[in-house]
Amino acid sequence: MRRTISLLVENKFGVLARIAGLFSARGYNIASLAVSETLDPVVSYMTVVVEAEDEKILEQIKKQLNKLIDVITVTDFTKKEHIDREMVLIKVDYSPKDKGKIENLLNKYVGKIIYSKGDIAIIEAVGDQAQIKELLEELGKFGVKELVRTGRVAVGY
Amino acid sequence: MKLKGANILLEALKKEGVDVIFGYPGGQVLPILDALYDEKINFILTRHEQAAAHAADGYARATGKVGVCLATSGPGATNLTTGLATAYMDSIPMVAITGQVKTHLIGNDAFQEADVTGITRPITKYNYLVKDIKDLARIVREAFYVASTGRPGPVLIDIPSDVQMAEAEFIWHEKITMRSYKPTYVGHPGQIKKAAKAISLAKRPIIYAGGGIIISGAHKELRDLAEKIKTPVTWTLMGIGGFPSKHELSLGMLGMHGTAYANHAIMESDLIIAVGARFDDRVTGRLDAFAPHAKIVHIDIDPSSISKNVSVEIPIVGDAKNILSELVGEIKKAPDTSEWLKTVDEWKKKFPMQYKEDGILKPQYVVEQIYEATKGDAIIATEVGQNQMWAAQWYQYSHPRTFLSSGGLGTMGYGFPAAMGAKVGCPDKIVFDIAGDGSIQMNIQELATCVCNKINVKVAILNNGYLGMVRQWQELFYKRRYSQVSITGPDFVKLAESYGAVGISVSKKEDVRPAIEKAIKTDNTVFIDFRVEAEENVYPMVPAGEAINKIIGGLA
Ligand SMILES: Cc1ncc(C[n+]2csc(CCOP(=O)(O)OP(=O)(O)O)c2C)c(N)n1
Repeated sequence: MRRTISLLVENKFGVLARIAGLFSARGYNIASLAVSETLDPVVSYMTVVVEAEDEKILEQIKKQLNKLIDVITVTDFTKKEHIDREMVLIKVDYSPKDKGKIENLLNKYVGKIIYSKGDIAIIEAVGDQAQIKELLEELGKFGVKELVRTGRVAVGY
Repeated sequence: MKLKGANILLEALKKEGVDVIFGYPGGQVLPILDALYDEKINFILTRHEQAAAHAADGYARATGKVGVCLATSGPGATNLTTGLATAYMDSIPMVAITGQVKTHLIGNDAFQEADVTGITRPITKYNYLVKDIKDLARIVREAFYVASTGRPGPVLIDIPSDVQMAEAEFIWHEKITMRSYKPTYVGHPGQIKKAAKAISLAKRPIIYAGGGIIISGAHKELRDLAEKIKTPVTWTLMGIGGFPSKHELSLGMLGMHGTAYANHAIMESDLIIAVGARFDDRVTGRLDAFAPHAKIVHIDIDPSSISKNVSVEIPIVGDAKNILSELVGEIKKAPDTSEWLKTVDEWKKKFPMQYKEDGILKPQYVVEQIYEATKGDAIIATEVGQNQMWAAQWYQYSHPRTFLSSGGLGTMGYGFPAAMGAKVGCPDKIVFDIAGDGSIQMNIQELATCVCNKINVKVAILNNGYLGMVRQWQELFYKRRYSQVSITGPDFVKLAESYGAVGISVSKKEDVRPAIEKAIKTDNTVFIDFRVEAEENVYPMVPAGEAINKIIGGLA
């Protein structure tokens, strides 16, 4: 079971290690983790996607996160309205004659070709999980050579 | 006026009321040692950093104050880790100070460099690397605050030697604010009401008390509650001393080596009032079979302890002392427990704690005699193994902070240095370390520390020639294939004497009491080598992973 949690934490060295350690010490896997500064430079925002067997483990994860001294707030997005997005960079097989087809496809998504040379192009796209999944399936026809994902970021409303 | 980092540290420690530091020197704490030269703070030079940490821990457990230890960088700091992990598992307030290589060398594999904040992250409540002298005073203040509040624990401060030598203004912040650290002390009134109601309706309630009782100083409130609702009380190893053993409502310890009656009572109860205890597997046994009819009220300062192992109907987060006193006030009608107490008494009669006396010196007898001779007024530290369980079972404790034992981590070598720390903190108390012949050899070098500093502790070695607890498991679960558990020791009497302490050897029952009396009278550290029955077992016993009423062995 995958779940998205966000954390506001003190922006200090060692904090990331503490949070990562909390997961690794218990053998839980972090599916993705995105960290950045916030408007307040002494506070960082983290979006963590965790993989846990059941509800009880997730409860424990949240409590343990809350217990960490550098953690200011913990938000679980399961029961909270939110937007989540991920950015991907995709390297695809490319020939100029496909340009139109790819651009058409990308129009359906928030994506564009940001680089092309010879027989490859690099595409940048942003979307939620379902959109990214669909896009990747469609691009599969052209041949995906490489893929890099930022991991999910999420914000509540 | 500007002060050097080392002096800022010492000023801050004095402000925190520190009067003793247990530690060991080295290159990267030289500025601190130099500053100590002019200070009145008592520095006790142990013979190993692990012992310094355990001594600070024993001092903290016995006094309730924060214990302080100090070590140099690299190997000094890594030697502290067992002591930190021990304190962390048992929620002991402690501040450990380590030296670090100079700031510009950090990360360069400098001589005696180790990533100490990295190494100790999972075994401290919090830790700091001081990179800027301007932060030092505030960090010390925070460290003591974090170590001693909420669920207490060890905090480490790693100070590079150039920071110890840098200069800054000494600014002391009386008040500290840490926005993300705000322990909850007051229980939720609605939850307390709910608990009171559940208690009034219970037919077979039981109180299960843990180390939280000792930490929050809630022993009086615990007793008030038990007496008001006439409910039997059982406790964990960490809860020993939180409720008087000789009280008519007391059931003794529960769990793997708990009393049979405590285990039966908790299994048959319909309401468990758990206070400052965390449902450790040594207590619950097989979880899915644990207390099948019981509703659980769980009082704990650490929200992450609640519903971690068992599911809890009525959680109350906060300080045990506060919550218990409110709860007592909230209970309008005490439950009728007369039938229940009768049943419990029958169990007590049917399955009493006992051991067979057959001429050979029994370890249980030795512990009983220590109790008789000290009238239950001593501080008892233990090592780990059978000695620890016998010390828990056969000495009767009636005061908090009189039983010091590594519960969570089970650290052999803990008892002797912890006893030393306790004696430093409570010089008027008689302090015994009840030891195994294996465990005592793990920090035996502290004999020198005791003798040099005139720290008068008594060590009762229950010498069975084995790593007894391991042998017991091999006997019961590995067909008596005694692999690597026979252990020889030195001549403990001569060894003690060679350090300038006193050694006594006892192999006959009639010599036990006189030896203990003599040890108590002696104004020196005393090792008593009790040659006890080699293959005596700790009973009752519940095999690991069984339901806790599946009790094996013993006479019951
Ligand atoms: C540092 C450490 N190493 C190993 C163990 C595993 N262990 C638990 S009890 C025990 C035997 C203890 O023997 P001894 O000190 O002679 O005490 P006894 O059980 O005979 O009373 C051992 C090896 C431990 N708890 N701690």
